[in-house]
Amino acid sequence: MHELSICHAISGIAARHAAGRPVARVCVDIGGLRQVVPPALVSCWEIAVQDTPLQGAVLDVNHIPAAIDCRTCGHHTVLEHPVFRCERCRGTDTTVAGGDELIITSLVLQEA
Amino acid sequence: MGRFHHHADGTVHVHDHDHDDHDHEHEHRDVGDHSGYETGALRVDVLEAILGENDHTAAANRRDLSERGIRAVNVMSSPGAGKTALLQAVLTRLDGAPRIGIVEGDIETPLDAERLAGLGAPVALVNTANGFGGECHLDASMVRSVLHDLPLDDLDVVVIENVGNLVCPAEFDVGEDARALVYSVTEGEDKPLKYPVMFRAADVVVVNKVDLLPHLDVDMAAFRANLEAVHPGAHVIEASAKTGIGVDAFCDWLVGR
Repeated sequence: MHELSICHAISGIAARHAAGRPVARVCVDIGGLRQVVPPALVSCWEIAVQDTPLQGAVLDVNHIPAAIDCRTCGHHTVLEHPVFRCERCRGTDTTVAGGDELIITSLVLQEA
Repeated sequence: MGRFHHHADGTVHVHDHDHDDHDHEHEHRDVGDHSGYETGALRVDVLEAILGENDHTAAANRRDLSERGIRAVNVMSSPGAGKTALLQAVLTRLDGAPRIGIVEGDIETPLDAERLAGLGAPVALVNTANGFGGECHLDASMVRSVLHDLPLDDLDVVVIENVGNLVCPAEFDVGEDARALVYSVTEGEDKPLKYPVMFRAADVVVVNKVDLLPHLDVDMAAFRANLEAVHPGAHVIEASAKTGIGVDAFCDWLVGR
């Protein structure tokens, strides 16, 4: 259960970029290879920003599916299960091509 | 560490954020299709790693250690897999050469640190219950808070014994050079599929308590196949802290031989 720690990190970064301006929405990309559960993240967000200037801001979670690129045949495989094998050639020499994200992409400020 | 970032139009960027790298902020009125966003709202591009501050502190830990030629190893496992017993066996076997220091992460008690005391290695204890929301893992600042309690100038290796947990510790870089995962055969053959991130993060998987295999129904071939699925080519050491099997091989890996 590290979602609360992650929410504190998100709120710290969001507050710095907001620079005192009211925030409507905080947009994050969370990859499928990060062990972050989006509903848990949203629940923790409400706790983390309670009684802070970010209270009421929506946490907008964009889930990025896990994917690999095959170094042998170049095929791009989106992973539904944690089996790191090319779906075309069955090779296991692959690089992660998605799912590693844990970033704040943007803020949407409230209209004045 | 760089993070891939994918846009809906298929473009991909890698962002590598230093702590001081906050000067690329852009602001613009939303145009085009930002479904769900407020029309005309002011959007501020951020593109910052959520764990950037942790990564920055981890880099400071790594620098302090590498400057002194110290190898740092993060040892992770589920509770009760035998991390501490294995470390006791390692310290007994190495007997002070090379010189090892230990950062001991524990939720509430000094029990593990007490088990390691008296084996010739200095131990610095972090009780993670002090951190708000930080009970389940060590992060870089927790390690930093005690790192210099160790006599770093007199050490060759620092072992960071993480909190017993197969989920959270994999998310937090603490400044280590390598990661060991201690898995015990009593945990069953399916764990790599249930905790793929942890099993992928491991530079070595120590399969502990192999002395118990005759008494268990666990299918080690299936475990190996599951591990191979999530982490092709994973380095495995079969060991028993109790009988001493594999302890030499783990010692060699731990000290970087």
